[in-house]
Amino acid sequence: MNELLRWMLNLPPQASSVARHIDYLHYSVILATFAGVTACAVAAVYFVVRYRRRGNELTPHVVAPGWLEATVITGLLALFVMWWLIGFHQYRELETAPPDAMPIYVTAKQWMWKFQYPSGPSSTDVLTVPVGQPVKLIMTSRDVIHSFYVPAFRIKQDVVPGRATTVWFQAETAGTYDIMCTQYCGTRHSFMRGQVVALPPDDYARWLDAAEPDHFAGKGQGQGLVARGREVAAEHGCRRCHSLDGTPSIGPTWLGSFGRVRQLVSGGAVTIDEDYITESMMDPRAKVALGFKPVMPSFEGKLAPADVAAIVELIRSLRDATPPREELPPRD
Amino acid sequence: MIDYLRAPSGIRSWLGSIDHKRIALMYLVAVTIALVLGGAFAMLMRTKLLISGPGIMQPLTYNRLFTWHGVTMVFMFMIPAIPAVFGNFMLPIMVGAKDLAFPRINLASFYVYCAGAALALWGMIHGGADTGWTFYSPYSTASPTDVAPIAIAIFILGVSSIMTGLNFIATTHMLRVKGMRWMDLPLFVWAIYATSVIQVIATPVLGLSVTLVAMDHALHMGMFDPTLGGDPVLFQHLFWFYSHPAVYIMILPAMGVITELAPTFARKNVLSYKAIAFSSLGIAFVGFLTWGHHMFVAGISQLDAAIFGVMSMFVAIFSAIKVFTWLGTLYKGSIALTAPMLYFFTFIYLFAFGGMTGIAVATTSLDVHWHDTYFVIAHFHFIMIGGTLTAFLAAIHYWFPKMFGRMYPEKWAVLSAVGVFVGFNLTFVPQFLLGNAGMPRRYYSYPDRYHVLNVCSTLGAYLLGSVMVFTLAYLIVALFKGKRATANPWGSRGFEWRVPSPPPTENFEAPLDLRLGCYEYDRE
Repeated sequence: MNELLRWMLNLPPQASSVARHIDYLHYSVILATFAGVTACAVAAVYFVVRYRRRGNELTPHVVAPGWLEATVITGLLALFVMWWLIGFHQYRELETAPPDAMPIYVTAKQWMWKFQYPSGPSSTDVLTVPVGQPVKLIMTSRDVIHSFYVPAFRIKQDVVPGRATTVWFQAETAGTYDIMCTQYCGTRHSFMRGQVVALPPDDYARWLDAAEPDHFAGKGQGQGLVARGREVAAEHGCRRCHSLDGTPSIGPTWLGSFGRVRQLVSGGAVTIDEDYITESMMDPRAKVALGFKPVMPSFEGKLAPADVAAIVELIRSLRDATPPREELPPRD
Repeated sequence: MIDYLRAPSGIRSWLGSIDHKRIALMYLVAVTIALVLGGAFAMLMRTKLLISGPGIMQPLTYNRLFTWHGVTMVFMFMIPAIPAVFGNFMLPIMVGAKDLAFPRINLASFYVYCAGAALALWGMIHGGADTGWTFYSPYSTASPTDVAPIAIAIFILGVSSIMTGLNFIATTHMLRVKGMRWMDLPLFVWAIYATSVIQVIATPVLGLSVTLVAMDHALHMGMFDPTLGGDPVLFQHLFWFYSHPAVYIMILPAMGVITELAPTFARKNVLSYKAIAFSSLGIAFVGFLTWGHHMFVAGISQLDAAIFGVMSMFVAIFSAIKVFTWLGTLYKGSIALTAPMLYFFTFIYLFAFGGMTGIAVATTSLDVHWHDTYFVIAHFHFIMIGGTLTAFLAAIHYWFPKMFGRMYPEKWAVLSAVGVFVGFNLTFVPQFLLGNAGMPRRYYSYPDRYHVLNVCSTLGAYLLGSVMVFTLAYLIVALFKGKRATANPWGSRGFEWRVPSPPPTENFEAPLDLRLGCYEYDRE
């Protein structure tokens, strides 16, 4: 049944962990659409035949009974809200990466995709991933908005300059799947295609060993992103205010910060993740940590996306260390 | 009394006329030109898509074409089409007035429209924009083409749209004939009124956002450009705050036309007057709270996605009430299957399909797969072409005798209605399947597995285009050769059918008689 409907609706293979469930909802919505439209058509044909004009007679004044209108409205609303609930439940699943997802950094530019692995290798337009493991893409754009779309995985996420957006997936079957850009991005938008190559775990490990080391960031060849992050942090003076070992300083320490919840000056709190770190580099005054002064300059346009990724990866690598003591200075 | 067509003659008596009927006809000519132009752009695009790789044109040319197609169809055809032509012509008559509340503003709105359209065309001839009609930044700031003229043209067209809307609101409030209560109004007036509310409230935001884009492009102001500290996603919020309600500007008047057809041709009261009237207002107001459903994958929060998703479901309920009421109106009626009635059924079928696929794309997890693919293209063309254009064709046939005093050729019109139905489905059903398979929109070249369906779609578009040319041709012939029409050839109770065809300049010889309501068919 699944295969038949998938074929009839011209859907791509269901190659990710979420695809099948999304397609089931798809089938129910489309089948209900056909049922509804057919019901309208049958009613229309019946009325046209049954009540065809036989002369210029008068017709009875008919008003829809309230109960009938209420039933139709309630019934449809119940159906729609049910789809909405299921759809939103699935949407949350699509939007929330599992904590153990393997990060890969993605930079989109007119008109290509670049993928960088934390351990060093990078590639253009071909994303190699292991089957059966969740992969989280941390994406940003160097120029205009692009959108990362893998039809076979039923995932899509806009890639926005100046922001980090994330999308995750878990490939279920080994194979090669198309990546397409779905956000119109200029003259060669339709040529901005790539491929996901999903390999069995053993093959993936072998591929990773043999993969060319980094030639992505230009500088710092042959090293992992974390090492590159240390260099970038030194180059741009990050460490004048942010310590790596928990020493209190002008800005919050990076040690053990990733994944923690931080109170903000403006009230509220934020979980420190890729989005927050990227935003804080680009627009430092948007969410200032409680106890610190808004003195950090913006690095918008000063840091290449690959360098941003390197900083994020460095901060992530320090996540499991416990800071020596609570870093919040006393409020004054 | 002399009818409005023959009253004073000469070109100046038309161009300077403040008669709402003459202004409506001038608008009809203008929007028809826009429809022909937008259709021609569509044919060129579909021709390119006959082959998967590079073909008869460069990518940049193709990108310009889909931008021009969108701009022309949305801002120059869809938005003014039914309100500024049929609303303009019928609304004063339907409320029993001699003219709109502000006849000179009405004429001015037409010239503002012409100025905007002329600037847009000039912009296109000078290499035009390649940003798509959505002008997403920062691409619209980075585009190698000249974006500013078309953006400013859209601003000007928006001003025209606001002027028209204000006029309709004022007229409905102030100029109803003595004794006419709101619940006596023809439902077409309710639809136009609801449309006008959206035009007046939402259009300024469109003006704001395209102005900011033009300034970003020309002056590097950086409102939406992240390298200058701006936020590209903010543009999407501003743009859709107008442009989602704008789809209701396009479909509500169409719904109003459809509501008028059923009582006339089934000789039957509307199944539920209040359901139709209030659902129009419901769409107008709830429609303002759904814009974020265009942005489920743009990086908005999960809470936002949830709210915008469920609000979209509510809007769909109002549309479903209408479909139910239209069909129910036929129950126990006396149905004549004329050409406008064929368009009525075409509308219901395509609108139901388009509306249900709207529910589908409002379901957040499904939209992730469909967003920015041909599924969305097919969905909104089902509403915009299957809905609005079908209703426009229905309206031109239905009111042709009233507007021109002549009948259109029924047999040809039936043929055209069937052709529209077949051509439309052949064009857009394959696009649903292409979207399911993952073909992105605005795609100059595509993988070969999408080839067959693209060829089907192009053939359908050629059929639809030919039928439109055929329809235009016989309607023009009928203008001069058509059989003379009586005041009320359909035997309708509608108020507009109680004045001569074509109506005199002042519309009424005696005040509109309200003793028989416009949907009362159970007594003489």
